[in-house]
Amino acid sequence: MFRFLTRKLIYGFAILIGINLLTFVLFFKVNTPDDMARMQLGGKRVTPDAIEKWKAERGYDRPLFFNEQEQGLSKISNTLFLDSSLRMFAFDFGRADSGRDIASEIVRRAGPSIALALPSFVVGLGVSIVLALGLAFFRATYLDFWGTVLCVVFMSISSLFFIVMGQFLFSRVLQLFPVSGFAAGIDAWRFLVLPIAVGIFSRLGGEVRFNRTLFMEEIGKDYVRTARSKGLSESRVLLVHVLRNALIPILSASVAVIPLLFMGSLITESFFAIPGLGSYLIEAIAGQDFAIVRAMVFIGSFLYILGLILTDISYTLADPRIRLQ
Amino acid sequence: MQPVFLLTDLFVYAILLFVLWYIWQVRSDRNLRANWRLAMKRPVAMVSSMVLGFFLLVAFADSIHYRPTLPSSPGQATQYSSEAASVLDQILLPLSSARERSYSEPLSAVAFRKETFERDGVSVRDYPRLQFGGKHLDHPDSQLSDDVSYRTAVALGWGFCMVVAVLFLGFLLAVIFSQQSWPRVVSQFMKGETEWPWRSMAITFTVMCLAICWVTFLSQGYHVFGTDRTGNSVLVFALKSVRTALVIGGLTTLVVLPLALLLGVTAGYLRGWVDEVIQYVYTLLASIPDVLLIAASVLLLQVFIDKNQGVFETSLERADARLFFLCLILGITSFTGLCRLVRGETLKLRELEYIQSAKAFGVSTPRVLWRHIVPNLMHLVLINTVMQFSSFVLAEAVLSYVGVGVDPKTASFGVMINTARAELAATPLVWWTLTTAFGFMFLIVLSANLLSDAIRDAFDPRTRLRSTNSSTSPTQGVTA
Repeated sequence: MFRFLTRKLIYGFAILIGINLLTFVLFFKVNTPDDMARMQLGGKRVTPDAIEKWKAERGYDRPLFFNEQEQGLSKISNTLFLDSSLRMFAFDFGRADSGRDIASEIVRRAGPSIALALPSFVVGLGVSIVLALGLAFFRATYLDFWGTVLCVVFMSISSLFFIVMGQFLFSRVLQLFPVSGFAAGIDAWRFLVLPIAVGIFSRLGGEVRFNRTLFMEEIGKDYVRTARSKGLSESRVLLVHVLRNALIPILSASVAVIPLLFMGSLITESFFAIPGLGSYLIEAIAGQDFAIVRAMVFIGSFLYILGLILTDISYTLADPRIRLQ
Repeated sequence: MQPVFLLTDLFVYAILLFVLWYIWQVRSDRNLRANWRLAMKRPVAMVSSMVLGFFLLVAFADSIHYRPTLPSSPGQATQYSSEAASVLDQILLPLSSARERSYSEPLSAVAFRKETFERDGVSVRDYPRLQFGGKHLDHPDSQLSDDVSYRTAVALGWGFCMVVAVLFLGFLLAVIFSQQSWPRVVSQFMKGETEWPWRSMAITFTVMCLAICWVTFLSQGYHVFGTDRTGNSVLVFALKSVRTALVIGGLTTLVVLPLALLLGVTAGYLRGWVDEVIQYVYTLLASIPDVLLIAASVLLLQVFIDKNQGVFETSLERADARLFFLCLILGITSFTGLCRLVRGETLKLRELEYIQSAKAFGVSTPRVLWRHIVPNLMHLVLINTVMQFSSFVLAEAVLSYVGVGVDPKTASFGVMINTARAELAATPLVWWTLTTAFGFMFLIVLSANLLSDAIRDAFDPRTRLRSTNSSTSPTQGVTA
């Protein structure tokens, strides 16, 4: 177990280094700090002095990979690449191009993101499992058939539709919830109910259908036949035997997603004006703030790799047949 | 006129050629043919491919671009317009040139908002008449509904005539080819006992034919789907968006396929360090959240375009380059899933006896891969491709909303939804732009999803067993 974990961690670290290199090449080599400066300062009529000043303020005026002017080890260390990479691995993301500290901003915005993403994830998972189990119980009937058709219909509806419709129906026509916005503390629930509901609905179709396939696969197995031949009732077979076995792939697939919940739901946050990480990213993209985008790419990948490792661990915990080598 | 070949046009033609080549392949391969038969014998698959076919036709008509000749005096060298137009533009020209000043409701003769204007020398505040919609009416208040129902009746009449004619022709051919009696053919058709789902196809054809007839007839005098803020017809915009959606779906698939297949097969077959490197690459790409990588790349493209203004001659070309690039980057971010699948399957296949014996006979590695491994992966590839298609179409709308999608000047459902979003806040409500965009998108994605379901059931070995046992198809012997 311990050796397995260390190997996974080292591999994850190697991936992170690769990502860092990739984003660095994308953001500094393909498109030089000069371009960024020109973009931030606006248009073509920017004097070279202003560009130099902008670069110096952010430390972008150093060489990219190799510093000729330094001596010894600092030939490599006093460069943009190594400096910014090391800082990134220490979760020090520096300042945004607009001037604010990125790390503290991310910490501040993680709360609302989780308040939105975690409930919609947990409730959504529960609802989809219950519905899929229901379809599996009534398999090969009209209920199952039309339920599956409904799932496909739901899958074909753009998530934007649910957001727009939800806002229109519940906020404008019925006036049950505020259209958008956010409040600190416990008051936040009024702003969160609608986005959470929308988030659940827009993913429901796909999830129910996927879980139903898993249940159906499980139902076809030998142990289910054995359970039935013991004379157990159909509901007991489904709820005790099938559910427990089908939960293994469902839950382990979910574990991979949990760390990514921090990233927030991009579209939902921005539609409902929730000050989370998703809307932070959208603002950064709109303002063409490369420092923020690069930091978010790094955090996103970090969380993804964390998710992968957690999935591996949860597999062994849930299913003793799987051994880690 | 002078033909213009945009970057994405060329790829649309390439996709068409590829599809034709694939059809030819299917015709010459017994197993493939049987599988496709199994898929297409389902009414759902036939119906959805008919709907998709219509959209494909629209997209294709919108992919033949040319620069129209400008009127010139004799003796002068012929001059061409600086803006490229497509065949679809030409067909829709009467509609797109019938511009209003601002919003107007579907099938309306007056504008959506009240304005102050002069009438008979007196300044009044009322809904002004539209420049195009219902201009043939003298008194729109009393005549509008009569005129609309009259035109509807005429359109439906024509539609029915066409349907009846086509049905008659179909029966005639069926009688001639099957050499059965006329009543027998008709009764089989009505009961749906034919080998192919002709009855469902006929129903779909009827519905499509009537709908198209209705829209065409009413478009002669009205904006059937209303007009947007700038007074342009929503119908024209939606039809132009079809191409963008299908190009995103199709072209991205074209990027995904070779990448995933090549990398997956070589990784799985060669093993060793090649496998390690390829695995590293796709884990790397998969671990960057899709939206972030796309956003980063599109931002870079924006910088590139700003830096090299001279590369693209017209704004259409610039928008087209962005669309192409978007497909490319979407493909790179989403090939990882298929690549992993292909690698896993290749790992399994390479240990099988027939591959071992091929190797023992001294067949070269590329030949083993191409002749013996790739054909056995095609079901995976096909299922994955059709399943991803609809997700790409949906992704476009979301990306355009975030601001990293297609060029804001390109007609696309995402752009449409994005601009129409603000209208929901207005009272009275402007509902038709959003409804049209979501409706068209829903039709495309739903038919793609249904088709992909049928294809998966027919090609996936796990589900195929179930469906062959339950159906009474004569191809059972071939697929079993």
